Amino acid sequence: MTKKVYLDYAASTPLKKEVLEVMIPYMTEHYGNASSVHLFGRNMHQALENSRRKIAQIINAGHDEIYFTASGTEGDNWILKGLFKKHPEKKHLIIASFEHPAILNTAKELEEEGIEVTYINPESNGIVDPEKIELAIRKDTLLVSVMYVNNELGTVQPVGKIGKICHKYEVLFHTDAVQAFGYFPIDVKRKHIDLMTMSSHKIYGPMGIGAVYIRRGIKIKPLLSGGAQERKRRAGTSNVAAAVGFAEAARLRYTEFETNINNLVKKKNYLLDALIKLEGVKLNAESEHPGTFNLQIENVSGEILLMNLDLKGIAVSSGSACSSGSLNPSHVLLSIGLSEKEVKSSIRISVGDLTTFEDLDYVIESFKEILNRLR
Amino acid sequence: MNLDKNKVVIGMSGGVDSAVAAYQLKEMGYEVIGITMKLWEEDEENYAEDYGGCCSLSSVEDARLVAEKIGIPFYVINYKDKFMEKVVENFIDEYVSGRTPSPCIRCNKYIKFDALLETAHSLGAYYVATGHYGVVKYDEKLDRYTISKSNEKRKDQTYMMYSLSQEQIRHILMPLGSFSTKEEVRQIAEREDLIVARKRDSQEICFVTDDDYARFVTEHAIKPIKKGNFVDREGNVLGEHQGVIHYTIGQRKGLGITFGKPMYVVEIKADTNEVVLGEHEEVFKSFLLAKEVNFIPFEDFEEGYACGAKVRYAGQPSNCKLYHEGAYVKVVFDDPQRAITPGQAVVFYDKDLLVGGGIIL
Repeated sequence: MTKKVYLDYAASTPLKKEVLEVMIPYMTEHYGNASSVHLFGRNMHQALENSRRKIAQIINAGHDEIYFTASGTEGDNWILKGLFKKHPEKKHLIIASFEHPAILNTAKELEEEGIEVTYINPESNGIVDPEKIELAIRKDTLLVSVMYVNNELGTVQPVGKIGKICHKYEVLFHTDAVQAFGYFPIDVKRKHIDLMTMSSHKIYGPMGIGAVYIRRGIKIKPLLSGGAQERKRRAGTSNVAAAVGFAEAARLRYTEFETNINNLVKKKNYLLDALIKLEGVKLNAESEHPGTFNLQIENVSGEILLMNLDLKGIAVSSGSACSSGSLNPSHVLLSIGLSEKEVKSSIRISVGDLTTFEDLDYVIESFKEILNRLR
Repeated sequence: MNLDKNKVVIGMSGGVDSAVAAYQLKEMGYEVIGITMKLWEEDEENYAEDYGGCCSLSSVEDARLVAEKIGIPFYVINYKDKFMEKVVENFIDEYVSGRTPSPCIRCNKYIKFDALLETAHSLGAYYVATGHYGVVKYDEKLDRYTISKSNEKRKDQTYMMYSLSQEQIRHILMPLGSFSTKEEVRQIAEREDLIVARKRDSQEICFVTDDDYARFVTEHAIKPIKKGNFVDREGNVLGEHQGVIHYTIGQRKGLGITFGKPMYVVEIKADTNEVVLGEHEEVFKSFLLAKEVNFIPFEDFEEGYACGAKVRYAGQPSNCKLYHEGAYVKVVFDDPQRAITPGQAVVFYDKDLLVGGGIIL
């Protein structure tokens, strides 16, 4: 294998060297448990709280509204389960039908416990219509959860409008912003967001850490029982080095934000423009995400195309990373009305900071070669 | 389509045979791509317990670990629909029609050496390989591709391959054909630290994990399985049976009734829902008719062609002669054979050479 090209940044991103550098001291020279009263503990605690403040500032939240978790999945689980446990009088949840499995499967678990879930299908453009959310709201609706950016399509959801509607009916609004944090300016107050999930390894931070924003005053049960970490809401020894890395990764993304995003958009459009010129290739939905888009290749199996690209060292995805191996057609693409055949002819491509134009030329050439062979 | 003769897709079941086959191919210098075929939806709750089954989740993960250890790309591909259509539905239909099918033969013909071969081609690979014990080669004198038994006779799997076409065999590699014993294969797996080195062999049919075919057919058949009568040759009713799918030719145990003498299933009549019982000598027959017959070293045989034939996977070939009979082939044995079972394959051999075979009518 001569060349390796990674085009799966939506699944995970490489850790930035600058991020690693700020983490290393918290795995070597600084140590101790951030919950301890002594000097060592206080030192770690300070690093943890500084990280929390950095993330809070980026999304216009208070430091006391940010809670570290071990992953985006944990955040989603916690918010859905924790809210319904705390508010047993409310029995209704509204989510978009193309949410990440972390939301979908948690909702299914809640259904088994007697919570009624309304699934709102997105429109064929990959965007949820806020009016449909409004129509679904009932007296016993506790929560609406709609993702900020869809992970397979790259489409941005009208979270501000949905949040506003929710507040009109005194319903809580949660958004899974795992694919949005670091790629869009996010202001939780302006967007009427009550709760939000974020993840570090999608923004060139370390794996194994995420965070949730929970607006002051919202009552929620912890998911994990144990010590008093994270304001008694998330037990478990604080992962200080990871939190420091996460915060630094977030800071880097939002420093010279526009330049960062423009660079991504240029690469994305360069590749996209070349690929959709090929016969039978089209976009499944207009993507506003600066790096991610979803293509349909007529009469070609996405699975076979993905494998052929892999054998040439090119990494793309047939959906979310979580659905590889599950072999079921993407629920996201089905939800926007594509046929099973169209879904099976689709792949997701996501460019990132390390992508070069030379890489993209190689990808375009390889695409042509493979499509020629398969047809 | 441009196919690379140095590129091979190996079907990896998660067992030791395909693991070592993949390793051997890599050592031989091939560019090897490992693929586990997803054929059947396993019961997710129980996957940890039925470790060893061919399609279970644990098998996929074992195959993945082996591929990573060997250092080859690995993919899981879904052939569930085709497997259902070509193998499972036929399996059910055959049982309901009073016959005893051999699903592995159809799986080889339609899935491993057809659907998987097609996938191999779409990845630019000329060959598909498996961990079967068999020797594939091109015979210049015959100008045909042939399959023979390997030296590991106990694991011989050529019975399941009689229906392969020249076009299929041309694209097949079976690297385990050069091994004399399965133990040698296990030793290589151990030496190379492959996680499946001591995994037990799978015995049962992969989609009937508890080995209870009758339960499986009952659950999946379109029409309910009805009880009927045991009868003798004259049609006299001897008792009640549980449904034709529960019986196979030659069966004595598990009939649920006792007679003054040992009685055996000698015929299954699905159209009248009757199971015919008879005495031991009635279980023996000296000829059979076979349909869908395929030959490998030649297109067709000359009347009275003498060879060996097996009427079931287990057992040794018996001497016989072949005759054309309309669209069928008549197989006449030198000595009567026990329990010739409709639906099973009759497979012809010339010593170790796989000559061909067909389905017993």
